[in-house]
Amino acid sequence: MKKKGGYARAFRAAFPFTIPVLTGYLFIGIAFGVMYQEKGYNFLWAILMSVMVYAGSGQYLAVNFFTPGVSLFQVIFLEIMVNIRHVFYGLSLLERFQNMGKKKLYMIFSLTDETYSLFFITKIPKDVDEDKFMFAIALLDQIYWITGSAIGAIAGSLIPFDATGIDFAMTALFVVIFVEQWLTTKNHIPALTGLGAGLICLLIFGADNFILPTMICVMVVLLSCRKVIEPKEEGQVSADAN
Amino acid sequence: MPISPQMSFLIILVVSLTIFATRAIPFVIFHNGKEIPEVVKYLGKVLPAAVIGMLVIYCLKSVSVVTFPFGLPEFIAVAVVVALHVWKRNNLLSIGVGTVLYMFLIQVVF
Repeated sequence: MKKKGGYARAFRAAFPFTIPVLTGYLFIGIAFGVMYQEKGYNFLWAILMSVMVYAGSGQYLAVNFFTPGVSLFQVIFLEIMVNIRHVFYGLSLLERFQNMGKKKLYMIFSLTDETYSLFFITKIPKDVDEDKFMFAIALLDQIYWITGSAIGAIAGSLIPFDATGIDFAMTALFVVIFVEQWLTTKNHIPALTGLGAGLICLLIFGADNFILPTMICVMVVLLSCRKVIEPKEEGQVSADAN
Repeated sequence: MPISPQMSFLIILVVSLTIFATRAIPFVIFHNGKEIPEVVKYLGKVLPAAVIGMLVIYCLKSVSVVTFPFGLPEFIAVAVVVALHVWKRNNLLSIGVGTVLYMFLIQVVF
């Protein structure tokens, strides 16, 4: 591997890409900190959870577990259900993480929706090491998340302005990533499959249970349409390969 | 604290390991050195676009189109983000304007 510059350069290059996540994570992190603090846990606990767990919906759900008599089996089951979509994320990163050595474990640990999505719209500058760049994105995102949850737990009720709706930054981020990949690819079947299957499953299964059926539909459609999709993909591989 | 610190820590640990497991499964199945089947490579290539489409829906899952304001703030804000992004291709601009617009819509207009 060629040496392409150190961590400082990688972090500087990665930071601008993470600003949308900074906005979003600070505020949904604050919301988590507030909720957890209301259960009687101070900011050190909020930080501990955000360091050890690092999952948005997973931690929101977990707040409900801190009651007498909770079953650990139920904890495991519910957390798997809320996070099952992440099982599929690694499939796209098997090769990119392959040579990351010690960092690989952290890259897998920190694979949130937002970090995963950022990996697919960021253009890595030529003078920056790709592995360090991806590591920088992952670590910066988690720092925002930890900071948000700490602020929420310390001073969540003291936020000086009405921040209602600021969590839309996350929605906007995914919309932007969606548009970006739409404009840079010729083959729109995968994107439409995700959008369509999500919408249909949401209508059928409701807001709390639609992710697993959606992922199953997506897999079935993508696998059964492989002959149609793959030739189109080949045409753009050359552009994606670097 | 409703339960003991030890039990609280145990819960965090269990949640942590469970979440990590969901993220680690593909890497365990196709660990280093093992040939990645063509079909998995194919899925890895086409899944991100589908997952991002799903995540857009996921973010909007709690929007009700049958009760006031009928999802209008979300619809308007998403439309503006899309239009702005197609026009300027600037991530921060699209997300910033969209978010401020959305906050204005739900705090002031609706």
